[in-house]
Amino acid sequence: MLQYFLKRLGGAIPTLFIIITVSFFLVHAAPGGPFDTERRMTKEIEANLKHAYHLDESVPQQYLRYLNGLLHGDFGPSFQSKDFTVSELIVGGFPTSLGLGSLAMLLALVVGLAAGILAAFRQNTATDYTVIGVSMVGIAVPNFVMAPILSLVFGLWLKVLPVGSWDKWSNIVLPVVALALPQIATIARLMRGSMLEVLRSNYVRTARAKGLPNRITIMRHAIRAAIIPVVSYLGPGVANIITGSVVIEQIYGIPGIGRYFVQGALNRDYTLVMGVTIFYGVIIILCNLVADLLYGVLDPKVRYD
Amino acid sequence: MADVTVQDLSQVAIEEVAGRSLWADARHRFLKNKAAVTSLAILAVITITCFAAPYLGLRPQDDVNYDMMPAAPPDFAAGYYFGSDDNGRDLFVRTLFGGQVSLTVATVATLVSLFIGVVWGAMSGFIGGRIDGGMMRLVDILYSIPFIFFVILLTVVFGRYIVLIYFAIGSVSWLDMARIVRGQTLGLKRKEFIEAAHANGISTWAIVWRHIIPNCLGPVVVYVTLTIPNVILTESFISFLGMGVQEPESSWGTLVSEGAKVIETAPWMLLPGIVLAVTLLCLNFIGDGLRDALDPKDR
Repeated sequence: MLQYFLKRLGGAIPTLFIIITVSFFLVHAAPGGPFDTERRMTKEIEANLKHAYHLDESVPQQYLRYLNGLLHGDFGPSFQSKDFTVSELIVGGFPTSLGLGSLAMLLALVVGLAAGILAAFRQNTATDYTVIGVSMVGIAVPNFVMAPILSLVFGLWLKVLPVGSWDKWSNIVLPVVALALPQIATIARLMRGSMLEVLRSNYVRTARAKGLPNRITIMRHAIRAAIIPVVSYLGPGVANIITGSVVIEQIYGIPGIGRYFVQGALNRDYTLVMGVTIFYGVIIILCNLVADLLYGVLDPKVRYD
Repeated sequence: MADVTVQDLSQVAIEEVAGRSLWADARHRFLKNKAAVTSLAILAVITITCFAAPYLGLRPQDDVNYDMMPAAPPDFAAGYYFGSDDNGRDLFVRTLFGGQVSLTVATVATLVSLFIGVVWGAMSGFIGGRIDGGMMRLVDILYSIPFIFFVILLTVVFGRYIVLIYFAIGSVSWLDMARIVRGQTLGLKRKEFIEAAHANGISTWAIVWRHIIPNCLGPVVVYVTLTIPNVILTESFISFLGMGVQEPESSWGTLVSEGAKVIETAPWMLLPGIVLAVTLLCLNFIGDGLRDALDPKDR
């Protein structure tokens, strides 16, 4: 197990390297630079600025410098937010993004699993069709459509939740729900499908035949096996939550990291874009790793060697 | 006498077999699926209306009406079915033209992802061994990359060339396709007819192209219908953030983004979002219907 963990961790290094390299050269291939402004600067000032940020070096040279910085844990200075380093910006925004993302994921897991299991037990009843229908809508309606609709209905018409501010706890409800809905839908569908399959399997019948109480059959045998597809969805799911949070943070004006990426890409803030991409890349890689380790805990057929 | 009887029997047998090909079977099952057929009809209406928009005698998409400014609610008498936007433009017309862009992106990007995914998966599965390992390792690596960021970077790099955005989206959406096709190929390549092709001295490329790929068609068709909504979603996501399609062109994503800013005063400006959602819903139902039709053992 430990050996497998270390091996996978080692395998993540080339992945990370590819992320860094591709995004570095892409960002630098974009037309325009971080210091292109409407107002013309004098040549000397521009040259000084570029020199201070090492932009006067060749791109491969900058690449090596950036890699060297990363190895020392330095994401470099932000080109647009003067006086801030990229690390400071990420550390500043991360607690908010993490809170938003993990609450959404938690909500998605709890509601999605419950709905999926319920639908499987009541297959072909009204409950089942409701779950299928609602989750179809959840998958099909993009969260940037869902978010304004939620604000409109709950914030402006029903006036039960606040919109357009970020100072109360209740502010987080709408963004979390908007972010979680597509994931709830996906998880419910996955769980329903695999639960139906497991409930028909021989070992569940065996468990019932040997007289295990229904509750134990389901908790210890059925759910444990049925949850595996959901576990493998964990990695992509986290990636989807991260992607979604970019829009959700934009719509609700939430001070997280997501908006940095959009701003950075538009303003050619090379280091900020790189920093956010790498940071999210690491999170997604780690989540995939956790999902792989969970297989082993849940599925006795999986061996790590 | 005996001869004639044998002949008759064989003819009967041939007629029975001819009646039930895989595709006829699948079509039969698909047509019985009410949700999928309804979705197909709705999708056809949306698509045809979008692409016929220039010939329907509607006002041009950049026609500015000062009486409908800023943002007036739907007015059927005046022919503004979705109302107007902040600049007094007909939102219904803009939705149709935006639909052209979104649906074109969907088609082109899906074709790109289809081509890369099928060729990659079939080659990888068929050649096998170390090359297979390497090619699939690359797919794994790309899987764990936050790919939406790469699409955004690509759109920033390519700027306003909208065609390149299509390719950018397509070039990151082929991973699942490659995996599915590889799985199919692994099952196929031990079959006798492939061995026969080998024995006849047909080249690897020709075997893959003529024998492997056509036999993967079922799952590929299903997956294509499920890729299309994802691609539309990606494009509108990027356009929503203001990085995709640029004015005066619009796509459903840009229209939703304009609408989201003014929900308080002009909730009808979310109507393009509803059209987008209906389209995605239809595509998902069609994809599910096709999966049930082509792969009955799955349900």
